[in-house]
Amino acid sequence: MESTYKPKASDFAPVKSNVHGEQISRPSLSYWQDAWIRLKKNTRALISLYIVIGLALFTLVGPYLWQVDPALQDLNQISQSPAWPKTSILVGPYQRFTPVVLDDFPAEPEEYLENIPPPENIRTSEPPTTQHVRLVWDPVGGAGGYNIYRNQRVPEGINDLGLPLGSTLGGNEVSYEDRLNLESRNYYYSIVPTDGFDESYEYQTLEVTPKLAITFNEAIDRGLIGPGEDRELNSEIELEFHPFGTDYLGRDMLARLMQGARVSLFIGICAPFLFVFFGIVYGGFAGYIGGKLDQFLMRFADFVVALPFLLFMILFKIAFGIGPGESGVIPMLIALVILGWPGTARLVRGQVLQIREQGFIEAARLLGGKNHYLIIRHIIPNTMGVILVTLTFAVPAAIFTEAFLSFIGMGVAPPTPSWGSMCNEGVKTMLSHPHELIFPAVFISITVLAFNLLGDGLTEALDSRMRSRE
Amino acid sequence: MLAYTAKRLLAGLVTVWFIATATFIAMHQVPGDPLMNDKAVSAEIRANLEKKYGLDKPVVEQYFIFMGNMLQGDFGISFTQQNRKVNDIIRDHFPVSATLGILAIVFATLGGVLWGALTALYRNRLPDIVIMFLVILGISVPSFVFAALGQLFLVNLNSFVGSSIVPVAGWGTIMHMIMPSLVLGLGTMALLTRLMRSSMLEVVNEDYIKTARAKGLSPTRIFFRHQLRNAILPVITVLGPQIAAITTGGFVVELVFAIPGLGRYFVQAVQQLDYTVIMGTTVFYGAFLVFMVIIVDILYGFIDPRVRLK
Amino acid sequence: MPVLVLLLSFALVPINALAASSVNFDDQIITIALTQEPPQLNSMKATDQVSGMILPHVMEGLLRYDRRGKVVPGVAEKWEVTRDGATFWLRKNALWSDGKPVTAHDFVFAWRQALAPNTASEYAFILYPLKNGEKINKGEMDLTKLGVVAEDDFTLHLEFERPTSYFLNLTAFTTYFPIREDFFNQKKDQYAADATDLLYNGPFKLVDWVHSASLRMVKNDMYWDKDSITLNEIRADYITEDTRARLNLFIDGKIVHTRLDGETYKDALTQRFRIRSFSTGSVFFWEYNHREGRPTENVNLRRAIQHIFDADEFVNKVLGTPGNLAGKSVFPVWLQGVEGKFRQEYPAPLPELDIEKAKQYLAKAKQELGVDKIPPLVLLVGNSPTAAKQAEYMQGLLKQKLDIDLKIDIQTFKQRLAKMTSGDFDIVGAGWGPDFDDVMTFGDLFASWNLNNRGRYNNPEYDRLVRLAMDSLDPKERMDAMGKLQDIIFEEAVVLPQYEQGVIYLMHDKVRGVVRRVVGADPDFTYARVVK
Repeated sequence: MESTYKPKASDFAPVKSNVHGEQISRPSLSYWQDAWIRLKKNTRALISLYIVIGLALFTLVGPYLWQVDPALQDLNQISQSPAWPKTSILVGPYQRFTPVVLDDFPAEPEEYLENIPPPENIRTSEPPTTQHVRLVWDPVGGAGGYNIYRNQRVPEGINDLGLPLGSTLGGNEVSYEDRLNLESRNYYYSIVPTDGFDESYEYQTLEVTPKLAITFNEAIDRGLIGPGEDRELNSEIELEFHPFGTDYLGRDMLARLMQGARVSLFIGICAPFLFVFFGIVYGGFAGYIGGKLDQFLMRFADFVVALPFLLFMILFKIAFGIGPGESGVIPMLIALVILGWPGTARLVRGQVLQIREQGFIEAARLLGGKNHYLIIRHIIPNTMGVILVTLTFAVPAAIFTEAFLSFIGMGVAPPTPSWGSMCNEGVKTMLSHPHELIFPAVFISITVLAFNLLGDGLTEALDSRMRSRE
Repeated sequence: MLAYTAKRLLAGLVTVWFIATATFIAMHQVPGDPLMNDKAVSAEIRANLEKKYGLDKPVVEQYFIFMGNMLQGDFGISFTQQNRKVNDIIRDHFPVSATLGILAIVFATLGGVLWGALTALYRNRLPDIVIMFLVILGISVPSFVFAALGQLFLVNLNSFVGSSIVPVAGWGTIMHMIMPSLVLGLGTMALLTRLMRSSMLEVVNEDYIKTARAKGLSPTRIFFRHQLRNAILPVITVLGPQIAAITTGGFVVELVFAIPGLGRYFVQAVQQLDYTVIMGTTVFYGAFLVFMVIIVDILYGFIDPRVRLK
Repeated sequence: MPVLVLLLSFALVPINALAASSVNFDDQIITIALTQEPPQLNSMKATDQVSGMILPHVMEGLLRYDRRGKVVPGVAEKWEVTRDGATFWLRKNALWSDGKPVTAHDFVFAWRQALAPNTASEYAFILYPLKNGEKINKGEMDLTKLGVVAEDDFTLHLEFERPTSYFLNLTAFTTYFPIREDFFNQKKDQYAADATDLLYNGPFKLVDWVHSASLRMVKNDMYWDKDSITLNEIRADYITEDTRARLNLFIDGKIVHTRLDGETYKDALTQRFRIRSFSTGSVFFWEYNHREGRPTENVNLRRAIQHIFDADEFVNKVLGTPGNLAGKSVFPVWLQGVEGKFRQEYPAPLPELDIEKAKQYLAKAKQELGVDKIPPLVLLVGNSPTAAKQAEYMQGLLKQKLDIDLKIDIQTFKQRLAKMTSGDFDIVGAGWGPDFDDVMTFGDLFASWNLNNRGRYNNPEYDRLVRLAMDSLDPKERMDAMGKLQDIIFEEAVVLPQYEQGVIYLMHDKVRGVVRRVVGADPDFTYARVVK
């Protein structure tokens, strides 16, 4: 029996590859694509991302939509709460006030009375406006002068007359002009006669409600009246609209928040980017080189870490100094970078040491990869996750540092606003004008929060242990 | 162990030297003149002042003189408080800052561990949501806003009760310390709560918890003996740096609550360019932090047997 | 628990009075807050406000201020002042707190020491009216050459360098306070460093000084006029610069007095407190740099700014607190003239607000400077929030009205001083508080030799008038010269007056007799009392 098989030549031809064998059924995902998918599943992180984008738009695009000069002062509208646009009446230019001094009445009291009666017939000599309130009254016998007080509610007694505005020095000087931060609201003016030294226990009160007023010239200066436009005195005019209110110099809060965002976010984002970058270079270098040099470099980083952060922040900030007209943002940035880099450098070095020992680096080296290729193509991308997370957490820290420095008066120099310095101003008036504190504080909080949550989300998304397996 | 400690201490000393040198250099970069005051003085008086403070010597010589004195533990005499030794200033005011800092850390740790454990226990239920919201507030609102609000709260509390049960500012009794240390510890407390929460959630899935449960241990026992104890470890690691942040970060609170701490002195000294006080406080704080970290590291070796000190 | 032990031991270190109320009628005790720790209480060298407030409470010079601000006998019982010198007869019952009498030697010692070059007192110049004072201070003469002798223990005779019409006012000033030689030498560098390192001869004495925390003054039983003193104790239990913290302490009934600012007064109003106002006597102004090469050297540029700056608006809208007076002159309204007030006898010329005129002056200035646009001016200010606010107002004003760019240069205290001294500015926000009760304290401010003339204004006519007023004893002649100075400052727009400072404050309604004053201790609690 001839049972042995004789191989043919064709038997030695390569087998056709089996197309239906193992197949990658889904498109392969790179590390970043995968991370992005998982980040998208994290609602909180996603919302934070949108907030961050929103903040960026607010900062960069905002000023083009809301074209109000953040430095423009509007002393007619100081510390206004957010409100709809207000209308004001137009008045003529301010004329100096000439006090009413009676010739036929004695300036010095002729007799010293135990208690001087209050002055009668207090009235305003001109219609009261927020430009000025001018009071006149009838003289009282025995008076050697009058003290003028102003309150925002009905006085309940001699101890509740409100602000001591000033006094006149003579029983015959029976007028007073008030221009102190007038608003369009009810005021109660009280006049107390004095004998030239001691005050009487009697007073008389007048209620006055000044009308919001702006002078003609100012309206033209501010562009409220167009060129060639003819307006009559005492006619009504719409004032500038301040949707977020104004600050203590009548500057538009919205415009200042936008400009402040530039400073706060610039410091908040640039500083971490710079020191992280420096940290990567330094740490990556040290970690990769290893040996004595690594020891030395890391020892130096340890020194810098040991510097008390806030103390040195203040010291550096002052040492760099601020020239005239400079905002001091750059010195603050430099100080932050000087003190901030060692943290990242240590972190990156640790990562590099770990990655360097891994198989794929060895493989790449065997395939002929040069040092710089290895570093750029393999090592750095693999540390990216950790770095990104550090970065997102460094942003809120930097924003807080800026705010803190502004609070102790060593932040950016006015008129440049930052959220921190706006907060610092706002804290002082938080009872009377809460909006001056709330807005910048809310912006700081939102930003810090968004970056924190984004950092959390990134940590989870970039953690390779959590890579999606389906 | 001993060798390790000695090595760390030596490194610490070198670090302190580095801090002192960095401070010295930075300070002399500050423009301005420490000897100037509101009233201008004649050249003769100025020369005398310079001589008194040794500023007439070259900077390098000043550096060596300062280092020499520092080695003997003498920081010199304050420029602004002309009869006070910097050593006395530190001795008088550091304990205040330290008390404030320690209390704040205690508050923060107790609060953080408690809230963190609670949120993990009630994960995604109402207590978790409420506490986490407060935590978010805690990490995202600057401390000076909290300080101002805290003081305002005390004023209203006192006028509501009708007598001043809690002082609104000042220092001296335990009552004075409560609000400032709460405010100071708030940020750290928020941080620790977050940390504690995630660490608790991680521990829940560990094998030894499952084993304990399988053994039939009561949930309370598992919670306290196994879960809490293991979850607390990462919290302890961050305490070291946090202590540093808190003790030097007390300026704002010291300012708002009129507390005679060292932080206020430093800010004032920088403003006044008081060379000796700047040097003294920075070097002292720096040394304090360096050795604090060393101590925490060594202690950690005792607490966690997995960590071996080399 | 080592931590707990540590904690408790720290907690026990500084102990304040436990939650005491701000007033105590039975024991006549009041509690106050200080704005800052007194840098030092050495009367020879003290320059700051807090020391200036505390020292007159615990020490006393030859003369002192009474309730109405007049100088009255202090350690000296009577005196005689001539053209060339003065003689003071000291009372025998004026004692130091250790029981030894205050003698003429103590004054001689204190004044010599204050002038000694190695004391380096910044206020030494205030002793320059004494014969050879300036030369001794400059190290050109021996201390013993000072024109002051103790003729016996209770007679002090002194010679003037030049006639000094206001010398009596000076003797109430802190630098003129006595110091006892044996005590001083015993303490050496430690002198005045602590409560026990000082000797007291004033109405009160310091018993407890916890640095940066508290300070206690109790009635001095050795004081010769102790019967006029009602208060037994003044406690400064709080030291804070924060006005809000101080207001909160006041609301909480912890302190009897606090100053209000533009932000806190609104809260004080809602609390229904009686707000009082008081004029501090200080004058604030924008000082120009007159050094060569600076644009502000040009008088027309300065006049242009003078014609747009509305001090009234500045006071009412920017400062925004009542009590401040719009600045019209560097001579404040409270100064005495020949008979009445100086400013009534010599009214300050009023700057007119006229934008057109301002523009004409500006055009002239540009022509003279040979530029098309004024280069950006540097405005130097301190780093307080109010200073920044004022600077921002100026920046807006100059830009809007004259199209001049102003660069704000905000500097911390020492840096600002360094820049002021070296002339590294165009305009600087400056102020001047009176040292003594005479026009001269303001008048010589812009004399070419005055080191506090930071803008280096130099006008021979100005100098001549100052010297004239210095050497004269005739009030009319002196005031005429000062009146002319006032005109020169206006005409040449040497400085731009901003305001005369006024402050508003709260005072506990159970505390009476507190004196606010322009020169001397302010607030002065010496004659205060607590009523029921």
